[in-house]
Amino acid sequence: MADTVLAVRGLRKAFGALVVSDDVALEVRTGECHALIGPNGAGKTTLLAQLAGEVAPDAGTIRFGDRDVTRLGPDARARLGIARSFQITTIVADFTAEDNVALAVQARAATSMRFWRSAARDAALRDPARAALVRVGLGPRANTRASDLAHGEQRLLELAIALAQEPAVLLLDEPMAGLGHDESRAMIALLREIKPAVAMLLIEHDMQAVAELADRVTVLVAGHAIASGSYETIRTDPRVREAYLGDDG
Amino acid sequence: MTLALLIALPPLAAVLDQPFWVNTVTRILILALAAVSLDLIVGYGGLVSFGHAAYFAVGGYTIAVLAQHGIDAALIAWPAAVVAAAVLAAIVGTLSLRTTGIFFIMITLAFAQMVFFTLVAVKAWGGNDGLPLDARSVLPLVNLRDPNALYFVCLGLLLAFVALAAQLVESRFGMVLRGARSSERRMLALGFPTFRYKLVAFVVAGAGAGLAGALWAEYARFVSTDMASWTRSGEFLVMVILGGLGSLVGAIYGAAVLLGLESFLAGFTEHWMLLLGAILLVVVLFAKRGLYGWLAGANDG
Repeated sequence: MADTVLAVRGLRKAFGALVVSDDVALEVRTGECHALIGPNGAGKTTLLAQLAGEVAPDAGTIRFGDRDVTRLGPDARARLGIARSFQITTIVADFTAEDNVALAVQARAATSMRFWRSAARDAALRDPARAALVRVGLGPRANTRASDLAHGEQRLLELAIALAQEPAVLLLDEPMAGLGHDESRAMIALLREIKPAVAMLLIEHDMQAVAELADRVTVLVAGHAIASGSYETIRTDPRVREAYLGDDG
Repeated sequence: MTLALLIALPPLAAVLDQPFWVNTVTRILILALAAVSLDLIVGYGGLVSFGHAAYFAVGGYTIAVLAQHGIDAALIAWPAAVVAAAVLAAIVGTLSLRTTGIFFIMITLAFAQMVFFTLVAVKAWGGNDGLPLDARSVLPLVNLRDPNALYFVCLGLLLAFVALAAQLVESRFGMVLRGARSSERRMLALGFPTFRYKLVAFVVAGAGAGLAGALWAEYARFVSTDMASWTRSGEFLVMVILGGLGSLVGAIYGAAVLLGLESFLAGFTEHWMLLLGAILLVVVLFAKRGLYGWLAGANDG
């Protein structure tokens, strides 16, 4: 039985009268992909932001292994091994693709208060960065400015950055968004390849991707987890069909 | 090229019998040092400090006040000026770096105004009249009373600071600082406690301005509250923007051009600020990377 790496209990968050997380519980285990689906505005991204530490929950606990991380900030959680990708790309636009990944590599070191050596010529940063780029198929684009990369390439760069962090938990916010068919196939294949080594939480609208990747699916509607189970169980659950899948026909 | 010209200037000025050139350029070098230190945080950290004159003033007053108490050894007074400015920057940075954007600008300005009014209020330091120095500090082996010697000391320290800053922005530390400028959220998500990195940069910048202030006190043999005025802070920002954000060397051109235009335009009209405004507008609109970007672009082609 795989270990539970990330466990969420009774998570609650409201912005004024709008409840975006309503008593949410979920677990993510190493080697498993837990997909989070739900209609737009269901609170998926806000839930992920709470897991990453960017948004503080009103109530509930988030445990990483044996540790309660509910009150830790995003940088402290990242250092423990919780990595996230962003739906809206937040790569450093004026850095090259390799610089962006090299930043993730140097983030693994205890400190970056190193003032003398040039980071651009530091093999301890550049070699792992290049390896991560090659792994996602961006090897030839290493020296391209991040802002000059095509949309699909930027999504891959997001993933390369997350990989370079060598996280225990990977929180993915719609990695397929805006990708063409072939690009989606490639992304799914990559995520499958990565899956055994991490605990993956995946927010995704692409049901094909969810079907292929998810070991477990939780359906979020108006901040509430209305159902949780295998993709097959979820697909046939009448509540889910009514609340979500039914809407899409 | 520029460097060769700077080294050749004192003998050239002597031959052409234009000794005031050395004084003018010394002034440019000193203000350029403050501008370069500001570029480190504005250009690379995206931290628009509107109170950089405060560190400049603290550096200068440290020299003057120490001299008042009979301490005129440069090897004691100059480091003391740098440390005093760095300590002030650490305090201001700790409080202001928790904010961003317009709030950061306003808080740094507010602190600088506090320094300004403190200097106005302290009668022992001359208040509004300022504080003259009887003589320049004493440096072993170098006679600072010789304008050429002071010139070369200023040039050397400016070059040393540019080299230090250039090293900083290329290091791991610099990667985090520059990354936080364009995507702080990403830096946090990667695990960088960005506040600390910005604070270190802020302190280094304050220390650089403190050194510039110390040299200014030596050069002018006089310090006054003008050193801490908000228009002085604005001038430093203009130098950085004119020269080109995030280029370090550009800030030197910015300082030279600003001071050059000041004396040139002031010869035509007392409303020279108006013309300067127009020139700044043109540079910002048409040469987004400033004079440095424009020069570098010309060299590339």
